[in-house]
Amino acid sequence: MSMPKTDLVRAALCAPGSSMGLSLPQWETLIRQGRSADLLGRMAVQLHTHGLLDQVPSAPRAHLQSARISSLAQDDSVRREVGHISKALAGCEIDVILLKGSAYTLLGSPAAQGRMFSDIDILVPKASLGRVEDALMRHGWMSTNNNAYDQRYYREWMHELPPLQHMKRGTVLDVHHTILPETARLKPDPAKLIAASNAIAGYANLRVLAPVDRILHSATHLFHNEEMSHGLRDLSDLDLMLRHHSTEPDFWHRLTDRAQEMDLLQPLFNCLRYTHKILATPMPDSILAAIRTQAQWHTRWMDALWTRALATHHSTASDAFTSTALGMLYLRAHWLRMPPWLLAYHLSVKALRKHE
Amino acid sequence: MIVSDLGLSALSRMLAGPGLRLRTGPLVSQIRSRIPLVAQGIALHYAAHPVEPSDGFADFHIRIARPANLRRWMQPQVIFQLDQSAPFSPLPANQAFPMLEWGMNWCASSLCNQYLTIHAAVVEKSGRALILPAPPGSGKSTLCAGLVNRGWRLLSDELTLIDPANGHITPLPRPVSLKNKSIRVIQDFAPTARFTPPVHDTVKGTVAHMQPPLETVQRAMETARPGWMVLPRYEAGAATTLTPLPKAQALIQLADNAFNYALHGSSGFETLVQLIENSQCYTFTYSQLDEAVAVFDQLALQP
Repeated sequence: MSMPKTDLVRAALCAPGSSMGLSLPQWETLIRQGRSADLLGRMAVQLHTHGLLDQVPSAPRAHLQSARISSLAQDDSVRREVGHISKALAGCEIDVILLKGSAYTLLGSPAAQGRMFSDIDILVPKASLGRVEDALMRHGWMSTNNNAYDQRYYREWMHELPPLQHMKRGTVLDVHHTILPETARLKPDPAKLIAASNAIAGYANLRVLAPVDRILHSATHLFHNEEMSHGLRDLSDLDLMLRHHSTEPDFWHRLTDRAQEMDLLQPLFNCLRYTHKILATPMPDSILAAIRTQAQWHTRWMDALWTRALATHHSTASDAFTSTALGMLYLRAHWLRMPPWLLAYHLSVKALRKHE
Repeated sequence: MIVSDLGLSALSRMLAGPGLRLRTGPLVSQIRSRIPLVAQGIALHYAAHPVEPSDGFADFHIRIARPANLRRWMQPQVIFQLDQSAPFSPLPANQAFPMLEWGMNWCASSLCNQYLTIHAAVVEKSGRALILPAPPGSGKSTLCAGLVNRGWRLLSDELTLIDPANGHITPLPRPVSLKNKSIRVIQDFAPTARFTPPVHDTVKGTVAHMQPPLETVQRAMETARPGWMVLPRYEAGAATTLTPLPKAQALIQLADNAFNYALHGSSGFETLVQLIENSQCYTFTYSQLDEAVAVFDQLALQP
C-alpha cells in the first residue's frame, strides 16, 4: 500500500518554512487542501508568526490573510461567548470546565493558533446536569434536536446533552458530563479530571483541564471519533500541545502515568504513534521505544487506516484506499463507543432513517 | 488570450475537459461544466475576460454539474460545487448559469475576507466610486445598469470590495443581474445591451443577466477611491429626489449591508468611518431612469 499522494498541508505543518519554495500551482494545491482540512487559518498564523506571510506570492497570500482575519475574529467571539456561559451558570455553584477549542483560546495555547471551530464544549459534574440545563434554557439556549430517538441516544448512552443553540446569537454549546460515552469500553473517571483542573484568571466559575489531561482528552476524542473530516487538524492540535508542554519538567512520565491511571493508554499510544509518524513530533527515545514495543499484530493495519484518515481529504492528497479507511474507522469508532447489541440497534435506526 | 478568442466549441470543450481559468478582476476561477447553458452564458458575459494559463494560480475550483440522482430523468437539476463541497441545494437545470453567478458571488462574499465586503452595487466616474447599498427590491441593480449604460464604469452590481489598507474599491467585473420588471426597463433604456434569455421561477423571480460593458473588463485592475454613498429606492410615480443623509446613519447602513463587518473588528469600523468621511452621502428616490442618471452625472461634475 502506497502512502497518500502529496499532502502539502502536512508538510507545511511539519515545517512552516517548507512552503516557501512552492511553485504557484503547488500553492494553489496547498490552499485547496488547507481549505478542505480547515487548516488555512492555522497555516496563516504560523507563517505570520515566523515572519514569512509577507513573502508568500500575493494570490495565495490573499487566502491566507482572509483565513487569518477569520481566526482572529473567532478569538474575540469565543471570549465573548465564554463570558455569557460563565454568567448563565453563575447561580449553579459548580465549576465549569472548558474543553478543547475554547480552552485553548482562553489559555492562549499554541493549539489555539488559527484553529477554526463552531461549537463550545463544556464539562460539568453529572449530578448538576439538570440544574445546568435549566440555567442555560433560562438564558436563551435551546435544544436543537426534537427527535425522540436522538434525545434518548444522547441522554442514556452518550456523554453529553443533545447540542444546545442560543436563540439570539446562534452559537452552539455541547454540555458533557464525561469525556467518553457511558457505553464505551474505556472508563475514565471524570471526577479525577475535575479534581486536577486549573482555574482561569478572570472567571470565578470557569476552569480548564490540567495540561496532561487536555492532551489525553484531545487524543481520546480524536481516536474515538467516527467522523474524520478534521482528523489532521485535531492531530495538529496534539502535535502543538506536545511540543509546547514537553519542555515542562517530568512531562513524559506524568503523561504516561496519568494515561494509565485514567484507563486511556490506548488513545495515548495512538496519539504518540501518529503525531510522531505524521507530523514528526519530537519525543524522547524511551517513548519511541515504548511505542515500538507496544505495537501489536494489527498495528501495521491500523497504520494504513490512520495515516489516511489523519491526512488532508482532498483529491490531490488522498488515494484510492482513503474512503475505505474512513469507512472502517467509522465502524471502529462505534465499536469502541458501544457494546455490540447497542451498536447493531443504533446503526439500524440510522440506516432506516436514511430512507425516511 | 480572452474568452472570445476561443469560440464557443473550443470554450465548451475546455469547460467539459480541463476547465476554463477565468479572470474576473483580482480573482481567477477554474470553471468546469458540461452544461451548454453554462458555456453559452460564459461566451456572452465573459467574452472579453482574460483566460489564465493552467500553470498559474486559480482561487476557486468551481463545477456546475448534474447531480447523480434519480431526479435527473424526471426533473433535471444542477449543483454548484466548490472544489469537493456542494454548499447549496440543487436548482432546476434551466438555472445553470444564474447558479454559476450566485456561486461565484458566494465565493467572493464569504471566502475573500481580506476585503471588507458590502452588499452594494458600485460604479465609477473620474476615479470616484458611487456605492449603492440596498436591500433586494430597492432598485439598486436597475439604477446601476442604467448608469453603466450612460458612461459610468461598472465595478460590481453586487459586491463592493473595500481594501482595509487604503480604503480603495477593487472592481469585480461580472454581468449585471436584473430581476422581473427591471429586465424590460433596461432593455428599453439601452437597446444595444446584450442579455442572456430570462430564466423564470428562480428564488428571485425572473432573472436575466446583462453583459458587462467592455470598458469594465478592460479597466478591471483600476481601483477607485470612495466618492458617494447613496441609498436608492425605486418608487412607481415618485419624483426624482436626492436628500443628504447624515453620516452617522450612512455608517450604520453600510455596516448593516456588510457581509463581514464583524470579522474585521475595530479595523472594520475604522475602514467604514474613513469611507464615509470621504464620501458624500444621500438617499435617493426615483421612478424615471433618465432623470436618475442626470442627477448622478450632475453630482460627478462637482468637485
